Amino acid sequence: MKLAYFPGCTLKTTAKKLETSALAVAETLGLKIEELPNWNCCGTVYSLASDDLIKQLAPIRNLARAQSFEYKTIVTLCSMCYNTLAQSNILVKNDGEKLKKINEFMSEEEDYRGEVEVKHFLTLFKEFGLENIKKIVKKPLSKLKVACYYGCLLLRPKRIGIDDCEQPHILEELVLSLGAEPVNFPYQVECCGSYHTAVKPEIVAMRAYRILENARENGADLVVTSCPLCYFNLKDRQRDVKRLYAGFKEMPVLYFTEIMADALGIT
Amino acid sequence: MRLVLKSETDVLKKVEEISGQNVFSCYQCGMCSAGCPMSEEMDLLPNQVIRLLQMGAFDEILGSSTVWLCASCYTCRARCPRGVDLARLMEAVRLIVLRKTKDDYIPPARMVKEKLPQIALISALRKFTR
Ligand code: SF4
Ligand code: SF4
Repeated sequence: MKLAYFPGCTLKTTAKKLETSALAVAETLGLKIEELPNWNCCGTVYSLASDDLIKQLAPIRNLARAQSFEYKTIVTLCSMCYNTLAQSNILVKNDGEKLKKINEFMSEEEDYRGEVEVKHFLTLFKEFGLENIKKIVKKPLSKLKVACYYGCLLLRPKRIGIDDCEQPHILEELVLSLGAEPVNFPYQVECCGSYHTAVKPEIVAMRAYRILENARENGADLVVTSCPLCYFNLKDRQRDVKRLYAGFKEMPVLYFTEIMADALGIT
Repeated sequence: MRLVLKSETDVLKKVEEISGQNVFSCYQCGMCSAGCPMSEEMDLLPNQVIRLLQMGAFDEILGSSTVWLCASCYTCRARCPRGVDLARLMEAVRLIVLRKTKDDYIPPARMVKEKLPQIALISALRKFTR
């Protein structure tokens, strides 16, 4: 089965490492993934209003395009893209009236039928089989203590969540299959402050401090995530954290696919 | 808190129309505020915003920073025992303000000037500008 890969804007710039490592891992696993031609930005945040359908166009255009190239599934890496595509997809699946309006507006595309499935890479890897991943690990990450950070958009709202929204374990299971040890991490589903990083960086730094210290208190050597915005807020904002909290020590933050690539001996 | 009520039912109707939520479903348990990651910074707690909406005290909400500090994290929605989608109510209030004033709440020129991931900028533009 062919899978369409939807990168989203950030995967081509600040989150290039996430794309490179994920695609290398997928290739090693033998997954057939092709970048969706002519994809456009999904809008990054799903519109929460009933009356501005125009904001649903960007995500639905991508799904219509996937359909026109005969892809049944679109896979994403960025948590924000995943959330936006998945929520818009459900909206039009359940509301024929809105779907019709959108289709009429998008005159250059074929009509979207609401049948493309939106999937995150983590789900893809889980379906591939964690036992199968375990078998091809070349350099087990033994003794590495990993705090798995999910943030918001992979898990909430529940109907698009890839796992339980309060106590997820999909990342922990993956980390275990790589030979590393996931630590208990109560702050793993706490918001990092998201887009406030563009307007109120000090609030984000305070959030990041709490999340990172919670990981440290539980013995983590590093934190992994799948979201380029969480990654920026938890990693790059450590500069601001240091200014606010004397004595704060840096905590490494990586994409989950980076440690996967290490364990599979790809790097 | 002492309020002068001038029940703005038309605004409430608009909020309910945009959000698709019934504010009277809320029974003020406070679960939303207990779990809200931004509540420390807010001058009104999330459950107080709903209470004020129920009372039609829209002016009080307009003078508050709360809806703008909401990060659309969906925690309140996941935990509300009454199934109220507070994230949608917050968005509805933001939109009513943005549509009314014709100004950006935070114009791009006042956003952080450093290298940010695009998703940070685009989402901030979607939430804070018209
Ligand atoms: S959790 Fe729900 S019912 Fe409780 S105060 Fe918040 S909105 Fe109201
Ligand atoms: S969606 Fe907004 S109000 Fe609700 S918990 Fe998150 S930040 Fe708080």
